[in-house]
Amino acid sequence: MPPEPESPRREVVRFEEVSLHFGGTPALDRVSFELRAGETRIVFGAAGSGKTTLLKTALGLIKPDSGRIFLFGAEITDMSEQELFDLRARAGILFQEGALFDSLTIEENVAYPLLNQPALREAAHPNGAGRLAPAQTVNERVRETLHFVELDQTLEKLPSELSGGMRRRVGIARALVTEPALLLYDSPTAGLDPITANTIISLILKERELRNTATILVTHRYLDGHLIANFRYNPSSGALERTSRTAEAASVTTKFFVMKEGQLAFQGSEAELQAASDPYVRKFLRHGSS
Amino acid sequence: MASVRERCGKALGDFVLDFLKSPVETFQDFLVLSVRAVRNIFRSPHYVDDIFQQMDVIGVGSLPIVMLIGLFSGVVMTMQMARALQQYGAQGQVGQIVSIALVRELGPVLTAVLVAGRNASGIASELGSMKVTEQIDAMRALGTDPIQKLVTPRLIATAFVLPLLTIIADFIGLIGGAVIAYTLLNISLSQYFTSAWMTLQYNDLVQGLLKPFVFAIVIALVGCFYGMRTTGGTQGVGRATTKAVVVSSVWIFFLTSMITRFFLYYA
Repeated sequence: MPPEPESPRREVVRFEEVSLHFGGTPALDRVSFELRAGETRIVFGAAGSGKTTLLKTALGLIKPDSGRIFLFGAEITDMSEQELFDLRARAGILFQEGALFDSLTIEENVAYPLLNQPALREAAHPNGAGRLAPAQTVNERVRETLHFVELDQTLEKLPSELSGGMRRRVGIARALVTEPALLLYDSPTAGLDPITANTIISLILKERELRNTATILVTHRYLDGHLIANFRYNPSSGALERTSRTAEAASVTTKFFVMKEGQLAFQGSEAELQAASDPYVRKFLRHGSS
Repeated sequence: MASVRERCGKALGDFVLDFLKSPVETFQDFLVLSVRAVRNIFRSPHYVDDIFQQMDVIGVGSLPIVMLIGLFSGVVMTMQMARALQQYGAQGQVGQIVSIALVRELGPVLTAVLVAGRNASGIASELGSMKVTEQIDAMRALGTDPIQKLVTPRLIATAFVLPLLTIIADFIGLIGGAVIAYTLLNISLSQYFTSAWMTLQYNDLVQGLLKPFVFAIVIALVGCFYGMRTTGGTQGVGRATTKAVVVSSVWIFFLTSMITRFFLYYA
């Protein structure tokens, strides 16, 4: 059984003055922000500015040097790995290159969280901790999720047999299969052609539209952020359409971050981003419009 | 004002501390990984399929080369020892020397070095590739302890199969020696095997089985350790693989001398 969806506006992630250094170089420098259910954060930044580290610390995969991190209301800063597993069961992450297990088939990759998340196993068998979820349930969920990302025909294939874009979509399927309340995307469109990149963004919008999940998306492409802030997926037509929400309403749910040397150099709406005068921040606008 | 001598002393002290910092940290990390890997043997979930898969890869996969090396080490030992013993008219005792050398030392060490070359490198490169492609992070994000899933099965599998491989290598080595003794030295098979068997004591057999067990733990943990801390892409994987083989081989030779000393003087 997937976890209950987060109630609207409930706090999902909170960073309080989080700092982390790798060999003296700051990866995160006094980063503070909050993400609530249904909200989206688009994170821009140059390579090495701390975007991936931000995502990994949010899930407790990397421990900060100082500051506090809260995930679903629980402080995870010093939480043990075993305790973190239960919280991570409510989150999904797409790693930069997909990070699919190359010795497992696509079906096994997507089924992996259902079969290995301790919290999900116990939910499937309340009296039998450690037992696997019923094979039929897992199989159905895997097929549904692969259908969602339009990769029904790849069940028996290995990741090496798929293209880069398809692997990224399988990564999204693996992140979505548990119907998490928080989704983290690490450069989902990096290195992909524009058509495939737009397909990936459409899937992210589709997921957000159907499940209203809290999302943090790291990207280099301004267009990705622009689409996510201003477009929605229409389930009946199956196409993207411009959202009818007012700019103020959109700015409440979707905010843009720009990271520079571990710091949040900018936080704000798309309009504020476009009006920013900082040359570093404006580079991401020019990159997107070029 | 500190004197020149005090300043030099302080600078030297700082240099030594800086020099030792990295190896001490590495050893500390290795101990942490080792303790967690051993502790996980007694914790659920147990990845039994992975243990059997690793036994197949490490044990069955290494069998042909271990048998081959065992055979030739027995053959070469018998030829060399027979020549030396001939000077004292004791060629008939070649079985004793071959069996003691094989069971106590050559069998365990040669087998372990072979398995280190084949499997410590394999483990380090496999885990290193998983590390640099974020598969280990993905595993943690998806609810699996990578030490439980990747390290503990390899540790159990290696600790189980290396003593078995050593027994096979010893046995094949003795047969190789017997073939040479019978065909080239005109020693009867019964004389060869009787002297080989009668000379072995309980102490030799314990030593011959304890060594591969200890070496197996070192090979598996060193391979996993360098694999799990790989950084720097494909080049990093190459470095991790090399380090795993070199470090585990050095540890094998160091530990065999320690265990031999222990058995010679205390057991």
